[in-house]
Order: sequence, then C-alpha cells, then structure tokens
Amino acid sequence: MSAPVIAADRRQPDTSQQELDRLAELAEDVIRHARAAGASQAEVAASIDTGLSVNVRLGEVETVEHTRDRGFGVTVYFGGRKGSASTADLNPDSIRITLEQACAIARFTEEDPAAGLADAARMATAFPDLDLWHPWDIDTAQAIALGQEIEAAGRAHAGIGNSDGASVQAGQSLSVYANSHGFVGRERGTRHSLSLSLIAGDADGMQRDYWYDSVRAPGDFIGARALGDKAAQRTLARVGARGLSTRQCPVLFAPELARGLIGHLVGAVSGGTLYRRASFLLDHAGRQIMPSWLNIVERPLLPRGQGSGAFDAEGVATRDSALVENGVLARYVLGSYSARKLGLESTGNAGGIHNLLVEPGQDDFAGMLKRMGTGLLVTEVMGQGVNTITGDYSRGAAGFWVENGQIAYPVEEITIAANLRDMFAGIVAVGSDVDPRSHILTGSILLERMTVAGE
Amino acid sequence: MDSLIAQAERKLLTPGGLATGDLERVFAQLMGPSIDAADLYFQHSRSESWLLEEGIVKDGSHSIEQGVGVRAISGEKTGFAYSDEIVLPQLLDASKAARAIAQGGNGAGKPLALNGARALYPAIDPVESLPNPDKIALLREVDAYARSRDPRVKQVIVSLAATMDTVLVAGSDGTLAADVRPLVRLNVQVIAEANGRREQGHAGGGGRYGYRELIENGRALAFADEAVRAALVNLDAIDAPAGSMTVVLGPGWPGVLLHEAIGHGLEGDFNRKGSSAFAGRLGQRVAAKGVTVVDDGTLPGRRGSLSIDDEGTPTECTTLIEDGILTGYMQDKLNARLMGMKPTGNGRRESFTQLPMPRMTNTYMLAGSHDPQEILRSVKKGLYAPNFGGGQVDITNGKFVFSASEAYLIEDGRITAPVKGATLIGAGPEVLNRVSMIGNDLALDEGVGVCGKDGQSVPVGVGQPTLKIDGMTVGGTAS
Repeated sequence: MSAPVIAADRRQPDTSQQELDRLAELAEDVIRHARAAGASQAEVAASIDTGLSVNVRLGEVETVEHTRDRGFGVTVYFGGRKGSASTADLNPDSIRITLEQACAIARFTEEDPAAGLADAARMATAFPDLDLWHPWDIDTAQAIALGQEIEAAGRAHAGIGNSDGASVQAGQSLSVYANSHGFVGRERGTRHSLSLSLIAGDADGMQRDYWYDSVRAPGDFIGARALGDKAAQRTLARVGARGLSTRQCPVLFAPELARGLIGHLVGAVSGGTLYRRASFLLDHAGRQIMPSWLNIVERPLLPRGQGSGAFDAEGVATRDSALVENGVLARYVLGSYSARKLGLESTGNAGGIHNLLVEPGQDDFAGMLKRMGTGLLVTEVMGQGVNTITGDYSRGAAGFWVENGQIAYPVEEITIAANLRDMFAGIVAVGSDVDPRSHILTGSILLERMTVAGE
Repeated sequence: MDSLIAQAERKLLTPGGLATGDLERVFAQLMGPSIDAADLYFQHSRSESWLLEEGIVKDGSHSIEQGVGVRAISGEKTGFAYSDEIVLPQLLDASKAARAIAQGGNGAGKPLALNGARALYPAIDPVESLPNPDKIALLREVDAYARSRDPRVKQVIVSLAATMDTVLVAGSDGTLAADVRPLVRLNVQVIAEANGRREQGHAGGGGRYGYRELIENGRALAFADEAVRAALVNLDAIDAPAGSMTVVLGPGWPGVLLHEAIGHGLEGDFNRKGSSAFAGRLGQRVAAKGVTVVDDGTLPGRRGSLSIDDEGTPTECTTLIEDGILTGYMQDKLNARLMGMKPTGNGRRESFTQLPMPRMTNTYMLAGSHDPQEILRSVKKGLYAPNFGGGQVDITNGKFVFSASEAYLIEDGRITAPVKGATLIGAGPEVLNRVSMIGNDLALDEGVGVCGKDGQSVPVGVGQPTLKIDGMTVGGTAS
C-alpha cells in the first residue's frame, strides 16, 4: 500500500517466539498435572491476541482501542468421559483451578465411546513456515492518519453526504495447542484490516455501503485511495434502489457473497451435522452435487493464506485434498470425533476448513454479467434463512438488476429463495474474479435460477 | 444480607489489594481539562454449560473471565484500554493508554457516590443453584420425554447454561454502582424424520434467576413438547408462497419484528451520526395509530432486564413510539450528552474488553383490543407466522428481514397448510404504518434472545400481541 509506515528504529523487539515457548511450557505442565490427576488423556489450547484498533469519522478520531486478550482452555478425558474449562487469566492459581474444574465436570459427564484425542499417528510432524507473521509497526497517530486518508478519499466523491467511519486494525495472534500424545504445536500469525463505510442520499432515502481489506502483511493492502474509492462507488451505486416484482430469474452472486454459498456447502458436509443427521447432503460422498466441470480443493499450506495452518485444532496434520472433484463430493469435512461417529478417518478439519479454492473459470466480472444476460446481481444478503437440514434457502437481498449483460439499476427489499441442492446443481459458471480476503477463495458464482420475491 | 457493592468489591477489588478509595487515584490520572468523562468497568464472569446429545451427557464446560475496562472521553473521541489483571499498576497503565486520546494536565473526577438502584433479580450464583447430579438428571429427563412424545423424533439435543456476572462501575461523574447478574438458559433441539424427510424444531427459554425457577411448573418439559411439535409441523410443510401479502404475526417471540424494524434504528448512536432511517424524525408519525412500543429494562427476572446498565445508570421503561408517533431514542451517556438528552439506561457492553453502546433491553408493543381469532378471520388470503429465527436490519435504508421458522397459509379466515420457513422483508419506517389490527394477547418471549451489534452480543427480550400487517414481502418459492 502507499501510505505507511515502517520505521525500522521504532520496531519493538519481537518476543513472539519466547512467548510461544512460555505458552507451550504452560500447556505441557498442565497436561502433566492432568495425567497426575488421573486423566487418561488431556489437551490444552492457549493463546495471546494483541492489537490496535482505530476508528476515524468525519476526519476526527472517534475511538482508539488497545486490545490484549488471553485465553487458556483445557479438556480432560477419563476414558470416554470428558470435561472442559477455560479462563482468561494465565496466572498459576487460575490455571490450577481451571484444571480442577475440568476434572470436576468429567465426573458428571457420561461415557462416550467416540470421545478422546485424535490418533497419535496423525499428529503433524512438519511445521513449515507459512509466512503468516508480519507485525505491523504502526503507532496510534499513524493509524489515525491512515484512517483519515482512507475516509477523505471516499468523501471526496460527489454525493457522499455522511460517513460511518474508517477503521484501521492491526492484530497479532500467538497460539499453542498441546495434547497428551506429546504433541505441541505453536502458531503465530498477524492479521490487519482497513475498512470504510459511507452514506449517500438524503431525507428521502439514504444508502450505506462499505469496503474492506484484510491481509497477513501490511504491504499487501490495496492503497488507501483505492479503498476509499471502492467504498464510495459501492455506496453511490445503491442510490435510487427500487423493488422488483416477484419472478424467477438467473442470479449472480458477487465473489464476497459467493463464498457464503461455499460456506453452506462446507456446513452441510461437516461431521457434526452429518452424525446428527442434520444435513441435506447426508450420504452424498461420492455423488454428483455440482456440475461436472466444477472442482473445489483444500490447500491448507498456502503462504500468507487467511486460513493456513500445518495442523488442525486436534494437532492432526493438514494436507491438500479435493472436496469436490468433477462435481462429485469427494469427501466430508471431519475431525476425529465425527470421524469415529461415522466410521471414517479424520480429514484434518477439526475446527473447520483451512483455505478452500473454488477453481476459477475464464470470465472476469464483466464477462460473468454478459454470460448471465438478464437477471439479478446480488451484492448483499440479509438474515439467517438457511436451513442445513433441508437445504431450504430464503434470505433478504439487495443488488442490481442486469439487462443484456449491463447493470440497469439498483434493487432492494427483495428476497431470494431456492433449495441449496438445486442451487449447487444449477451453478452455470464461476468467475475469475477471486476475492482474496477470506479462507474461502472463489470468484463470482452464477446460478441458473432462483425465486425472487418483491412487491 | 450483603449489599451488592460489598459483594462486588470483595470479588473484584479485594483480591488485587484494591478498595474503592483507590479508584480516585485512577481518576486523578485519567482526568484532565480536555477529558469530559471517564469510567472504569470491573467485571467477573463465571459460566458453565452442559450438553446432552444422542442420549449421553457428552460435554460440560466451565469458564472464568475477569478484568477492567478503562474509558476516557473527550468530545466525540473515546480512548479505551483494558486489563485482565485488576491491580493498581495495570489500572494506571490502562488509564494512561485510554487518556492518550486527549492532551492536558491532571484533574480529578467528582467524589464517588453509591448509586443504589432497585434490584430486579436475586444476587445469586446460578451455577451453584442446583447440584450437578440434578443438572444431569434434568437433561436426561428432557431427552427421554421428548423421545417418548413421537416415534418420528430421531435426535434430541438439550443444553443447559448459566452465567453469573459481577460488575462494578465507577465514573468521573461520581457514579459508583454494582450489580450481580444471574442468567440461566435451557434449549431443546429436536430432529424428526419421516418418509426420508428430516425437519427440526427448537424451543427454550430462561432469565435472570436460578435453575430451579427455570424448570419449575413443568417448564423444561414444556420446552420439549414445543420443540417436538414444531419439528412435526415442519414435516408436513409445503413450499412457502413468494410475494407481497397480508401477514399475521403471532404473539411473543415474533416481536423480533420490532427489534429489527424500529429498535436498532432508534438507538442513540445511529441518530446522533445521522445514519439511521429514523434520524431527525422525533415527533413524526412512524407507525399506525394504536401502535405503542417501549424498551423496558425494568421487568423483574427477564433475560433482557438490568438493574443498572453497564455505565451504572438505572434502567428505565422508555416509550419509543406512542400511538404511532416517534417519541424517544435509547441512549447511553456519551450519545445522550452529545445530543443534549438524558441517558435512558441503555448503555450496554458484552464485556470489559469492549466499549458500551446504546443497546436494547426488552422491546415490546403494548396490547390492542382485537381478539386474535377475529384478526385471523379478517384475512382472506395471507400468511400466519407464529415463530421465528433471527433477523437483521440495515439501519440506514431501514430494510430489515426476519425468518419464520413456523408458518401457515391463511385461507378464508382460517389457518390451513403449514409452509416451510421463509424470510420476510420490509422497510422499518413503513411496515408499522401497515399494522391494521393489534391483538389483546401481549406476550413476551421465553427468554432466548441474543442481539449482535458491532461484534458485541448481549441478551435481550422482545414481545408483542398478535399483529396484522397489510402487505409484507414473503420470500418463499411457490408462485
């Protein structure tokens, strides 16, 4: 990015490795104590997150927040009986009490044959540097100045009448996961973000929209000007939005919303929903759920990836693996518990997926609009109307009506509805306009048909 | 009986060798000529949860968090820092970071004076309100009962949770207040299966009391009945209609309509900044005649209630809309001061690690005069929605959604086929103008609401009588 700001002489000494070592020692110590207390297995997760968050509104600083969050959680197993406890206080007395609480709870929970750590043989043994650690040496004054620059760029656009403010956030996370197999995994990562939310319109109707960027390394940000321009253009484009009559039509999900669709897929093929029989994709492994040209692959070790990690939340080594191959559901998304319940193997997904790549197609965003021809471009969805058990999907939406491949006018106060099974099967194309800001990496997604309800 | 302030001091200050007298030293560091206000929010939070699934009590967890948030305000600027260690050096460090927002020398706050608000709930630790074996027995009883109700019930998930929050607030305006806040909750989720089709039903509730009040009078089993009933209804549901139609909302939890359609839009911060669709509309008609909506934090034992808010202000019953006219906003201290209004006891925060904001407590519409059956009989064709999941609002353009989890067609004044859940969408400043009949059956929800704003979650309540709305867009798939 253009603006700040790394003055080498002001850089704080980086003590992250020492702090990780301290967390690891603490974790191993607690595991020893848990074993001494009679636990057959134990696991510990400990973390320290620090950050600076600045909000600027109408050119003035609005809030400055310094954050430092600590967390410590222990889970003990007495055979198949499990107890967990956590604290935000890493002092030895609190840790001791926390362990006692976990053991006390395990006296009351009941024998669960599937409970326990992941298999020792699956623990990660290689810890490659995934290039996730890039502390942003920015002080409060510099963060304020950057926020002001971003907001000024947005407010310079004619028609922007008000601002909900710009934010600048710098954050770093240290975490350790350890268990009684002797596994100790250390992770450190930075995550920084910029955002701007603007308001256009007047008493007859206001519209607000925003844009943000999220990166591992501050050098990867889009420029302050570019971010301000994007937020302003998005806000201004919504002014004068109308309703639509109820109809069926093709729907194009912009990339930042398309990843939500892929998120619903992940939810429906995750172990927890499957063993509870709470998924519309129950028993669908090996079956065609998407068009045969479509591929989705998990890549846990992408350098600087938003979801990168060498091991999952149970220490299991992650690895590259197809989720959807030629439209066929290649596997489920499992941790060791759900894997045992289903009679399968962990896929290294305890705690969720890492980076998921939807193979991009040939068309950029303009090309996707052309391919749709006439239909609805969705740029915002509202509400939680997604039922993973049945696949029924019904949400509020806003976006643009598109005619002959061109954006015609903004629309709002509509709903879009269909069943996810039909939506996945009816994917017409995936764009090349991949949004890099998430661990789900996808371009825009064009669906053959949904029901749009309005006036 | 131990006073709240004594309990709070013992839990929050004494372990770190502090007393309320030391807080004046902190204010001496915090305050300065260009600091308008400052406050300290001490919090200790203890919680537990238990989970039964597949007939086994599989999981239990316990957690403790504590710390102090330090805030300094200068004009519209806020500096904020917090520490998870409640000792003087950390407090002074956090104060230094928070006050860096403004320049200037040392000052002092007003002398602290205890604010003795009425207590709306008992100062108990609900975690200790029932022996652990009884909690396990309760979970098993609810599970067995739900399974016994119908052979189509295939999966039952029951969870039980309790939290005790102890807070102490000290402000440069002289505020000194303490609160001990119990909160319990029981949830039942049922998955029913028939002819290869699976559907779910949820029910639950809770409030600011101990476990015994939560389960007495058969309330726990009633939640199980309700979850089973909802799941079985959904097994027969046909596709929901799509388009604009008359909608009748049931009493109680469907009040989430009010929370989304107007509640958020009447929070002081959005109106001060001019970002709410309701900004500048005080005194104007925003709803049909007969519509009166309040935000009431003073209901004893309710999930959304607070004796004092998180800035130490006693909660109130604030009339937001009176007979259709917009009459009030919900305020915290910062926004009240900047708007020249009075705080209304709506300054809330998720925890000491976050800044307070204007938030709702229990938001509900007062009863009207119509019999609910009369309301249904008046509808030739429409949708009846007695239960909902969550909702969301864009406060700037006023568009809001809420998703029905149980709904039926109304045909010729009668409830007929159940339909699948669907999202309803409308515009906040318009939808309450389309309220044409208000039932006489005001009910509050069972105590399940969680409201999210700027990444902070707080417990809230909603309520309303049966309502008829002439025209809302229903997001189904059937033409």
